[in-house]
Amino acid sequence: MSNQAIIRFEKVTKQYDEDPPVLNDVSFEMERGRFYTLLGPSGCGKTTILRLIAGLIEPTSGKIYIDGKLVNDVPANKRQVNTVFQDYALFPHLNVFENVAFGLRIKKLKKEEIKQKVREALRFVNLEGYENREIKEMSGGQRQRVAIARAIVNEPEVLLLDEPLSALDLKLRTEMQYELRELQQRLGITFVFVTHDQEEALAMSDEIFVLNNGVIQQRGTPTDIYDEPINRFVANFIGESNILKGRMIQDYLVEFAGKQFTCVDGGFNPNETVEIVIRPEDLEITPPEKGKIQVKVDSQLFRGVHYEICCYDQQGTEWIIHTTKKVNVGDDIGLYFEPEAIHVMRIGETEEEFDARLEAYHEQGVANEG
Amino acid sequence: MKVRGRNIFLIPYMLWIIIFVISPILLVVYYSFLDLDGNFTLSNYQTFFTPVYLKMTLNSFWYAFLITAFSLLIAYPTAYLLTKTKYKQLWLLLIILPSWINLLLKAYAFLGIFGTYGFANAMLEVFGIGKKQILFTDFSFIFVSVYIFIPFMILPIFNAIDKLNPSLIDASRDLGSSAWMTFRRVVFPLTIDGVKSGCQVVFIPALSLFMLTRLIAGNRVITLGTAVEQHFLVTQNWGMGATIAVFLIIIMVLIMFLTGNRKRGVL
Repeated sequence: MSNQAIIRFEKVTKQYDEDPPVLNDVSFEMERGRFYTLLGPSGCGKTTILRLIAGLIEPTSGKIYIDGKLVNDVPANKRQVNTVFQDYALFPHLNVFENVAFGLRIKKLKKEEIKQKVREALRFVNLEGYENREIKEMSGGQRQRVAIARAIVNEPEVLLLDEPLSALDLKLRTEMQYELRELQQRLGITFVFVTHDQEEALAMSDEIFVLNNGVIQQRGTPTDIYDEPINRFVANFIGESNILKGRMIQDYLVEFAGKQFTCVDGGFNPNETVEIVIRPEDLEITPPEKGKIQVKVDSQLFRGVHYEICCYDQQGTEWIIHTTKKVNVGDDIGLYFEPEAIHVMRIGETEEEFDARLEAYHEQGVANEG
Repeated sequence: MKVRGRNIFLIPYMLWIIIFVISPILLVVYYSFLDLDGNFTLSNYQTFFTPVYLKMTLNSFWYAFLITAFSLLIAYPTAYLLTKTKYKQLWLLLIILPSWINLLLKAYAFLGIFGTYGFANAMLEVFGIGKKQILFTDFSFIFVSVYIFIPFMILPIFNAIDKLNPSLIDASRDLGSSAWMTFRRVVFPLTIDGVKSGCQVVFIPALSLFMLTRLIAGNRVITLGTAVEQHFLVTQNWGMGATIAVFLIIIMVLIMFLTGNRKRGVL
């Protein structure tokens, strides 16, 4: 419980009527000034977390703290948090200036002050000179910026963003990713960003919370989550992966696809059944005799940056490879990968158990070396 | 070729407009320039600008205004609550239902309810207030009119509120407004078009009510509508009746123009 935490959830559950809970006993902390992403498929509870922070809905049970203060009974309009809504929710009867000034007018600031702050906010999002435009005259990307300006003009401690980029086309979306990241760094406030787009999450965040079925599956930096997914769901959801059944012979030695390989994972029971993740881009194509595994090419797709090749080994297991090399369908090829490319997952492990095991065998590793 | 082919479908509509809208208006205007003997005259218009008729016009406006105001006062909160209910379409249907019953039947029903030995007086006696003259008062006239017009006021307002994007209300709360502020600054401005059309469909017919003025108000309230009816059916002064009708038409057009909907882009 650091004093750094700007948002803290303590065993928060949200349930509507008799339906299964949308959010189930969730606890977490968010630090000041960082970029957090809540990532998950639709219905996983990510937007619910956002609305709970904003105060637009109340938790069924559990405690929510903002800046160290319990806010369960604080209504949305009294919280130092602002939201950029998915559909922007700009007021169609007000022009750009009045939209941005909305919160300031509620606070009854002086006219001159409002004018100056609105202009500053619009400059921040590169919309100078658009003050008198009507909302319907603005493009999707511009509306997005107005929505951001309307939120940040109130100088919130936390900015909540609910899938704000989902309505934009790919090119604009990528541009806005850079802009949002930069904006967060310039403002130095906490961003909580909700998305179902894993690439977006990896590109922008300091820390990602992966959610599914109302539970946080895993939290960590983008590289942590990508390189060491805790379970099948996370591995599948973040990027493409080859997931294989395997058996842990002993620490640092795993068996799958009918062979044994050295790896860098440990802390398992001997002969425990496990799941193996190998990312498609970690597989290297070699002549059959030089590969660790021999496969037959089944199909090949051109994806622009790389080819996506689908192969089958002798056991009939499917292997997906991302490579810039072209092969011929029907060819026999070998696959080579480094021990570091193998990631072993214990079946049904929770996040706490995963962290504990990681710590334990790292310590053990250090002890062995010493 | 194509354009001409499509114009054929417009013919029934044009005929309808010509026979049932344009020609009656022209006839009304024509009659307004005739005196009792059928000679051309402007005297009807002079008569209209005498205190008797001006007062009647003012009276009509005043009652129509009261009816509209009370209808709005009741209809807006009702429509708002309706949009929040679970089976809103069903509730709406139940509220609209009475408007399917003939106006005359409803008026007669109120004669029974408000009469000296009616339900209303019976209730007053039970509470020890004693019998009151309810029929043939301003109160009963406005009460019954409001009752009759309320469905027409609720419908457009309900539609406007129902169409409102709920995330706008979230946004307003998020930006610090209280519930009242949200209503004043977001909900009401965005549903004003519904309010306007509601006022239109109530105010304009209320201006020319004549049956209720007789049945419920006992001819104590005399509006332009009553005057038109009297001139055509009783005094047989069609010229004067037509002149009043011309003014009613002008007033209606003016009101339509003033409360006309400006289309807004609703996100």
